[in-house]
Amino acid sequence: MPAVTETRETVEKLAKSSYEWGFETDIEMDIAPKGLNEETVRLISERKGEPQWMLDWRLKAFRAWLEMEEPTWAHIHHPPIDYQDAHYFAQPKKKPGPKSLDEVDPELLKTYAKLGIPLHEQALLAGVEGAEEARLPVAVDAVFDSVSVATTFRKTLAEAGVIFCPISEAIREHPELVQKYLGTVVPVSDNFFGALNSAVFTDGSFVYIPEGVRCPMELSTYFRINARNTGQFERTLIIAEDRATVSYLEGCTAPQRDENQLHAAVVELIAMEDASIKYSTVQNWYPGDDEGRGGIYNFVTKRGICRGARSKISWTQVETGSAITWKYPSCVLAGEGSVGEFYSVAVTNNHQQADTGTKMIHLAPNTRSTIIAKTISAGQSDSTYRGLVRMQPKARNARNFTQCDSLLIGDQCGAHTVPYIESRNMTARVEHEATTSKISEDQLFYCRSRGLSEEDAVGLIVNGFCREVLKELPMEFAVEAQKLLQISLEGSVG
Amino acid sequence: MSVQPIVAQDTPALEAFIQRASGRGAALAEIGLPTRRVEAWRYTPLRAIADTAWTQAAPLASESVSALLNGLPLPESGARMVYGNGRFLEGLSVPLDIAQQASDHVSPLKGVFCATLNMALGEKGLDLHIPAGTDAGLLTLISLSSGDTVSTHLQHRIVLEEGASLTLYDVNAGEGRYIANPRFDIVVGKGATLRHIKLQRESLSGTHLTIVSADVSEKGEYDSFTLNQGGSLARHEAVVTLNAPHAMVHVNGVQIVDGQRLNDLTSMIHHAAPDGSSRQTVKTVLSDAGQGVFQGKILVDRVAQKTDGYQMNQALLLSEKAQINSKPELEIYADDVKCSHGATVGALDDEQLFYLRSRGVPEAQARDILVRAFLIDALDLVADEALRDLLVRSMAS
Repeated sequence: MPAVTETRETVEKLAKSSYEWGFETDIEMDIAPKGLNEETVRLISERKGEPQWMLDWRLKAFRAWLEMEEPTWAHIHHPPIDYQDAHYFAQPKKKPGPKSLDEVDPELLKTYAKLGIPLHEQALLAGVEGAEEARLPVAVDAVFDSVSVATTFRKTLAEAGVIFCPISEAIREHPELVQKYLGTVVPVSDNFFGALNSAVFTDGSFVYIPEGVRCPMELSTYFRINARNTGQFERTLIIAEDRATVSYLEGCTAPQRDENQLHAAVVELIAMEDASIKYSTVQNWYPGDDEGRGGIYNFVTKRGICRGARSKISWTQVETGSAITWKYPSCVLAGEGSVGEFYSVAVTNNHQQADTGTKMIHLAPNTRSTIIAKTISAGQSDSTYRGLVRMQPKARNARNFTQCDSLLIGDQCGAHTVPYIESRNMTARVEHEATTSKISEDQLFYCRSRGLSEEDAVGLIVNGFCREVLKELPMEFAVEAQKLLQISLEGSVG
Repeated sequence: MSVQPIVAQDTPALEAFIQRASGRGAALAEIGLPTRRVEAWRYTPLRAIADTAWTQAAPLASESVSALLNGLPLPESGARMVYGNGRFLEGLSVPLDIAQQASDHVSPLKGVFCATLNMALGEKGLDLHIPAGTDAGLLTLISLSSGDTVSTHLQHRIVLEEGASLTLYDVNAGEGRYIANPRFDIVVGKGATLRHIKLQRESLSGTHLTIVSADVSEKGEYDSFTLNQGGSLARHEAVVTLNAPHAMVHVNGVQIVDGQRLNDLTSMIHHAAPDGSSRQTVKTVLSDAGQGVFQGKILVDRVAQKTDGYQMNQALLLSEKAQINSKPELEIYADDVKCSHGATVGALDDEQLFYLRSRGVPEAQARDILVRAFLIDALDLVADEALRDLLVRSMAS
C-alpha cells in the first residue's frame, strides 16, 4: 500500500513542525510559595481580598479534596502529579494605569501581538486610560496568568445590564449573585479536579445576563498560562436569566515549556426559562514536544444546567492542544423542553492523549440533546470519546441523537469510543452511532489527481470530516478554528 | 466523604466460596466480590448474592430431573450430555459418537470474576476434542440446577481441530435459589466452525453467571447466539479472541426481561490478527421492572489491520419501570479498519401500533406482532432452523 506509506511519511514530516505559539513572557510576578495546604488557600483568599464566606467555601472544597482520590478510569497515562510541587498563585505586579500603549510593558504587548490581538484591543487589555471608548464587536476579558488584567466594554455591556467581569471582582461587587449560583452546578465535592479548583481558583470570568436581554456582543476570554510552574485554576460562572441569550468564546494558547503544567478549570452555566447559552472553545495549549514532554495537563469540569423550561445550552469545542485532555462538557436538562447540544472536534498527534466527551442528563419531559463528536488521531496519540446519555424516569418523550466518528492517521495511534446509554423511561428515545475509519485512498487520490498536495488533500478531507462541528462555531471563531486545524494538520494530520 | 471499596472482601458469600475452594481460592480472595464501582459490574449489582453462604449442591433427585427436562424445548434426536447440580448424569446422556481425547486447554482470563469463581470451585463438565476434519453434528448440553442457597461451577473444555465442526445447543434451567456458574474454554482450530446456541432459562430466583473464552484460529468461525430469558440475575459474558488471520466471530443475542429480573450480555471481541471480521446484534425487550444490560467491547490490536467489526444493540422498553443500560465500546489501535457500532433505545412505535389496530388487530396482539418483528432480525442469525424454532418456542412459553 504505497499510498498509505506516503500518507504516513507526510504526516511524520509534518509532525515535526513545532508549536507556533510557544513563547514565554518575562514579566514581574507576585508568586505564592510552592505547595498546597490550608495556608495556601487562605493566602489566595486573602490576596484576592475575599469575604469570609468565600474563604469558608474554599476551605470546604479543600477539605473535600483531601478525602478524594485522583480518578483513574480515563484512558490516559501520565506520571503521578505532585500537587505539592506547584505554585498556586501568580499575579503580575500591579502598576498604575498607563497613559498610552507606549507605557505598557513591552513584553505584555509582544504576547498580545503573538496571540494576534489587534492593537486597539491590546490597549484595552493593557488598561490604557480612555481606550474603552473605541467600539468593537467582541468583548475580551483577558486572563493573563490567573488575574484578569483588564476587562473591556464594561460600559457597553453595563448599558444592557450585562455583568461581565473577573470572578474575583464579582465576589466583591455582586456577592449575592455569586453566593446564589457558585457551586450549584459543580458542587465543591463533585470530583477530584473540580474540588481542587474550588479550593484554589485564582480568577476567571463572571457573566450575568438579566431577564429578557440578548447580550449585545460575543463575550470572549483569552486564557493564557504564563509563569513557569503555576497551575492555572480558572473559574467561570455564566448565568442567563429568563429569555436571556449569550454567546461566550474561550480561546487558549500557551507558551512552550519543559515541565508539565496542570490546568484544572471549572465552568458552570445556568440557563433559566427560555434562556440560551452558547459556549465555544478553541483549545490549543502546548501539547508537548515530539516525544510528548512538557505539555499541558488539562483536567476540566464543564457543566451547564437548563433550569428553566425551553432553555438551551450548547457546547462547541475544538481541542487540538494539551498533552492530556480530560474534559466532559455536560448538560443537565432539568427544565421541560430544554435542549442540550455538544459539538466537538478533538485532534491528537505525537504523544497527545485526549479523553473527552459529554454527559446529557435528561430529567424533564420533552428534553432533547444532540451529540456530534469527531475524533482525529495521528502519530502515537490516543483519543477517546466517552459520553453518557441518561434518561431519568420523568424524561417523557425525551430524545437523544449521538454520532461519534473517529479518523485514524498512521498505525501507531488509537481511537476509542465509550458511550454509556442509560434509559429509565420507555417513551424516551436514544440513538447512537459510531464509526472508525481512516482517510480513504479514493478520496486522497481524487484530491491528488486534481493537483492538490498530499498535505492539502488531507487538510481538506479532515476539514470536511469536521464540518458539522465547525459550522456550529461563531463566525470569527470558525475561521480561527479552521486555521488551527490546518496548522495542527500541518503538525499532525496533514 | 467515605470512599467505597471497589470490591467486597468480607461478605458471607465470598468467605464461603473461599472456604469451599480450600487450596484453590487465592485468586478469588485477591479479586473479591466486585461492587458496582468495578467498571465491568457497573450495571449489574451482585449485592443479592453477597449475603448468602452458598454451599455445594446435593445430587439431583431423578424426579426433579425429569420434571425439569419436561418443560424444556429440546431436539428429539442427537447426542446429549446432561448435568444435574454439577454432576454428569450418565443414564440420561448419549455421548458424541466420535473418537475423543482429553483437552487441557484453559484460558488465563485474569481478573474476570465469573472465571475466577469457576476456577476456584470447578466441577468437571464437557471435555470435547473433535479431531481434524470431523463434522460432529449436534450436541445438546443440558445443565440443570436445583436447591436452596447452593452453587454449581461446571467447567467445559471444547477443542475443534483443523476443519472440524460442531453445533452445541447449550440449555440451562433449574428450580429454587442457586447460582449456576459455568465456564467454557473453547479453541476453534484452523478452518473449524463452532456454532454455540445457548438457551438460558434459569429459575426466576436463580443466578446465572456464564463465562465463555473462545480462541479462534485462521479462517475459523465461532458463531454464537444467546437467548437470555430466565434467572433473577443472569449474565452471559464472552471473551472471544481472533488470534489468526481471516477469523470470523458472531456474538449475537436476545434478552427478554420481565418482573424484577436483570439480564446482562457482556462481550469482549478481541481482534488480535489481521483480516478478521466480527458481527454482533443484540436485542433486548424489557417489561415490568426488568433491567437489561449490554456491554460490548471491540478491541482491535495494532497488528489487526483490515479488521471489519460491526455491532448493533437495540432495546425496546415496554413499561414505565423497565430500564436499559447499554455500553457499546470501541478500542482501536489499527488504522486500516472498518468498525462501527450503533445503539437505539425506545418504545414501540405508536404509528405502527395504530396501523395494526386500524386493521382490526387487537392491541395485545398488535404489540406482540411488533415485538416479534423487533426480534426477528436477531433470531434469523441462528442459522440452524430446527434450533431457531426451539428458541422461538421457548420465547413463547
